Amino acid sequence: MTSLSRYTLNRIAGAIPTLFVVIAAAFFIVHAAPGGPFDEERRLPPDIERNIERAYHLDETTAEQFWHYLRGLASGDLGPSYRYRDYTVGELIAGALPLSLWLGAMAMLLALIVGVGAGTLAALRHNTFIDRAVSAVAMVGISVPIFVLAPLMVLIFAVFLNWLPASWTGTAGPLRLVMPVIALALPQIAYIARLTRASMIQVLGSDFVRTARAQGLSTVTIVRVHALKPAMLPLLSYMGPAIASVLTGSVVVESVFGIPGIGQFFVRGALNRDYTLVLGITILVAVLVITLNLLVDLLYGFLDPRIRRR
Amino acid sequence: MNLLQVDELTIRYAASKEPAVDRLSFSIEAGDSLGVVGESGAGKTQTALALMGLLPAHAEVSGSIRFAGTELAGAPPGLLRQIRGTRIAMVFQDPQAALNPYLTIGDQLRQIPQAHRLCGKAEAKERALAMLNTVGLADQHRIYHAYPHQLSGGMRQRALIGAALIGEPDLIVADEPTTSLDVTVQAQILRLLRELRDASNTAMLLITHDLGVIAGNCERVLVMDRGRMIECGMTRAIYRSPTSPRTATLLAAALRIKSKPLIAPLPPDRATVLQVSGMSVSFDKYGEEQRMNAVLPVSLSLREGETLAIVGESGSGKTTLARAILGLLPPDSGTVTLAGKRLSPTLPERTRAERRQLQMVFQDPQSSLNPAMRVFDIVSEPLLVHEPGKEKAALRAAVHDMLQRVGLSRAFIDRFPHELSGGQAQRVAISRALIVQPRVLVCDEAVAALDGSVRQEILDVLRAEQQNTGLSLLFISHDLAVVRQISHRVLVMYLGRVFELGDNETFFRRPRHPYSKALLNAVPLPDPDSTFADQPLRGEVASLLSPPKGCPFHPRCDLSIARCQDAVPEIENIGGTRVACHRAAELDLSY
Amino acid sequence: MNAPSASQPLWQRLGESRPVKISLLLLFLILTLSLAGPYVSPHHFAATDFDGRFIRPTVDGFHFFGTDDLGRDLFTRTLLGVRVTLLVAVVASLVSLGIGVLYGATAGLIGGKVDALMMRAVDALYALPFVFFVILLMTVFERNFWLIFIAIGAINWLDMARIVRGETISLKHRAFVDAARLSGLSAARILWRHITPNLLGVVLVYVTLTIPQAILVESFLSFLGLGVQEPQTSLGALVNNGVGYMEHAPWVLIVPAAVLAVILFCFNFLGDGLRDLTDPKNSAQ
Repeated sequence: MTSLSRYTLNRIAGAIPTLFVVIAAAFFIVHAAPGGPFDEERRLPPDIERNIERAYHLDETTAEQFWHYLRGLASGDLGPSYRYRDYTVGELIAGALPLSLWLGAMAMLLALIVGVGAGTLAALRHNTFIDRAVSAVAMVGISVPIFVLAPLMVLIFAVFLNWLPASWTGTAGPLRLVMPVIALALPQIAYIARLTRASMIQVLGSDFVRTARAQGLSTVTIVRVHALKPAMLPLLSYMGPAIASVLTGSVVVESVFGIPGIGQFFVRGALNRDYTLVLGITILVAVLVITLNLLVDLLYGFLDPRIRRR
Repeated sequence: MNLLQVDELTIRYAASKEPAVDRLSFSIEAGDSLGVVGESGAGKTQTALALMGLLPAHAEVSGSIRFAGTELAGAPPGLLRQIRGTRIAMVFQDPQAALNPYLTIGDQLRQIPQAHRLCGKAEAKERALAMLNTVGLADQHRIYHAYPHQLSGGMRQRALIGAALIGEPDLIVADEPTTSLDVTVQAQILRLLRELRDASNTAMLLITHDLGVIAGNCERVLVMDRGRMIECGMTRAIYRSPTSPRTATLLAAALRIKSKPLIAPLPPDRATVLQVSGMSVSFDKYGEEQRMNAVLPVSLSLREGETLAIVGESGSGKTTLARAILGLLPPDSGTVTLAGKRLSPTLPERTRAERRQLQMVFQDPQSSLNPAMRVFDIVSEPLLVHEPGKEKAALRAAVHDMLQRVGLSRAFIDRFPHELSGGQAQRVAISRALIVQPRVLVCDEAVAALDGSVRQEILDVLRAEQQNTGLSLLFISHDLAVVRQISHRVLVMYLGRVFELGDNETFFRRPRHPYSKALLNAVPLPDPDSTFADQPLRGEVASLLSPPKGCPFHPRCDLSIARCQDAVPEIENIGGTRVACHRAAELDLSY
Repeated sequence: MNAPSASQPLWQRLGESRPVKISLLLLFLILTLSLAGPYVSPHHFAATDFDGRFIRPTVDGFHFFGTDDLGRDLFTRTLLGVRVTLLVAVVASLVSLGIGVLYGATAGLIGGKVDALMMRAVDALYALPFVFFVILLMTVFERNFWLIFIAIGAINWLDMARIVRGETISLKHRAFVDAARLSGLSAARILWRHITPNLLGVVLVYVTLTIPQAILVESFLSFLGLGVQEPQTSLGALVNNGVGYMEHAPWVLIVPAAVLAVILFCFNFLGDGLRDLTDPKNSAQ
């Protein structure tokens, strides 16, 4: 078996138990709630309660309930919502997810382009004004939390300057995307720029780059051919946490801008104690992140020749 | 006109008062070969980087570097870039680090003519393939598509030399090109450089700390010390009669395997202190399925006051063997008997009294000292373990006494390791080992990281201790010249096996194993009149994961016969030497 | 060029870095103020005053930062928020320090297959969206301080575990540990005398970098209304409250937001600076 296929199988074999453990953890957290989540609150309308009892087989043991939940999960059935009558969790998520994914993807793309660009520039102009400026701005980016940043942006660009719409609802067109995407991307831009700068400085100071310079290669060639790939590999390992972080950030951004994505449903669900909805979204996000992370891992294996061939 | 004319070159760093290179002037003519020699901190590498325009931005450079009539000091980046690779090329010390691990060898060679627009992509590939062949990588098509981690150290250095030559430069700057290689591979690479130079009339600037490397390879030599030129002239003249006392010291410190040992012969009545029988060690290697047999059953003995040297190239298992004897590694089999008493295989099972009998000195003196402890604590700690309740005053006296024995004054007692030089740190490490009065001291490449003059001082300390206390030394080294100086007997290892065990005089005069002979031939002598063996040993040490069948040395051995390919030779006693070779009895390998 | 300086003890070199000095000073100032503030200020943090709502920052009546929607003094509330935020962050960091050091050192010391397995688990946990799980916990259980501490600590130990494990392994293979074993030292004594002192520097650096992470999570939860509950407050809760009134009373948002940002700045600068001092590879030389 080649080294790469062993690596691939290894990673996939690692992801499956993780997925299972994560789903189980989420499920049992909800089931460990004082008094049990599903039979405690007697104020529920009887029809919903019946639905829930039917859906969760509350007369059965926890293990059996978990088994039923897993089977439902496999067919995309996450049960009925606790608070939104007449909707299943699956329907709520299906309605909200595309918007959230779209936002997240745009933010991630923006963060990668700007972050890698700024980080590389800073590394190439190490110890100059540009380097210090990028480092300073990145420091602001990692130090100002997204829930401070987003309201401040609204305050400045919507309230004071009136350039951009403050809220999602009641407006249309691409302008309403600008602030949410930027707010979501800024912390990631900062992290990615710092990471790129640090690893690029390290690679540019390495012996093999010195060799390339001694061979008369131009800076552009050195960065493109020699430095970019090794400098980007640490960034690739950061992609998993970055995706998780963007999803977390979207909870705030969607709340601040009133965007009807899964983040907003999640917060409302949490505040309303809509157990099934919160459980469903947590599991969905975990599955999403684990899957994307697996893909990133596989890409890493493909890019690093020391894993690819031995 | 000289090809290269350097005048009053001075390199300074704001952080230090002394210039790294101080008013250095020299010249090289076309096809000339100049060796630059000096100890660490002499400014050799700084000079080389200055020629290439590769010094860091904060280095202040003054003086003139004229190459073929063009001034390079302060030249614009565009001009330097044109010259690098096509007019001046450089070969670096560590081929592992100097090659990009993410690109194939072919890509790293091909891009050079392409970047200089010497030719198109297809022809660049042809040139790269031809160059790989020229530098002795006969399997050029496979090598072209290989990544650096798939090649051995010697192959990587060949590839780097190919990268330096592919732009057909007029001058090659080689900075310690063989320092990180095994001695037999060093001989191959030096030979390759000589042949290539003869064939192409390329000038060479060869930087090294090893006077032996210069002797056989450079017509002229420039001796540097602390940034300054000490002297410069024809190699033969300077080696015979150096005009500067500093050069004379350097030459005196350069050890010679042809000289007499410094050590007194061992009286015959000495008792055996250490007896190792049938010791074997294997490892699990990460990512590999099979176990790696690092040491196959090895037996040896050591007498009181004796120095037994264990020599071998990387992968020979010499360090692993020593660590297993010390109990730092669990052996698969075998016993250690100390002064007639059999020891438990691993340290935790050995009694305190047993442990103190066996101590060790390591290769890197800095990393063998805890950076958070002062010299006093480092040296006194073992004593506190073995003689608990010793009074503070007695402890201090013991540490003072110990430091004095290794040549350190009381002033060092409160220092931290980072405040010590390499030689001082090694003295502290020796103090820590000897303060508990061990019977046996294992020195694992204990002088390999030190400059020539410091190395001599440390060897003197060890020798004096042995004289005064009857200490036995197990001296692991890859450096045969050091071994010649201080050992009573020599044990040669190869891929985990003992090849030869004989007394010093016999070993250096009449080696019995073809591998021993090849090792001796490969050592560069600091003597311009003695040439290297014309035919250095071919190939490199095989991987421990896939050792050759039969005698593990047979693929590299010119003298091998059919039997060598299937039967592992037993160790036999031939003329007082123990040797493992099918042909040992019939061959005469004496000098 | 001056290689030895990196091996000098960290405390000897604190003065070399200006960001470290300035951050330490500022943090000391903020901490002192937040501890002393509530006793000095004439206003109680929960005292409402319906005639004094949305007072702009002024010296009159000692409302240095103005008042909020319920007429509560923002200066007093911000100082309380700083205290709560720092308390949560420090306790959470200590939790993560405990778990991380124990886990990382165990993996590093044992090594081999156990280590590989333990680190695979960390890798798997690394990319999980933990905040979602914390919110799930907050949804299901009563919201209380200790749950927040533990939840945040449980998120942030991963980095610490990785770093400590790496450092432990590299220390374990250093020759001075072998020398200590040969000197006859017991495993416990080697751990205490040779491993631990050399781990302290790196642990200190990463605690400094964990604190802002913990602050972020805590204030994030409080911002969403899932963290610290009224009348107690934290900087995140204050920012959340400020968002509602930012159009006509921006100071209610800006004051706690700015204080939060300054604290995060200081910790990040401090952590970066300390890391540069301990690890010459990262430094900007």
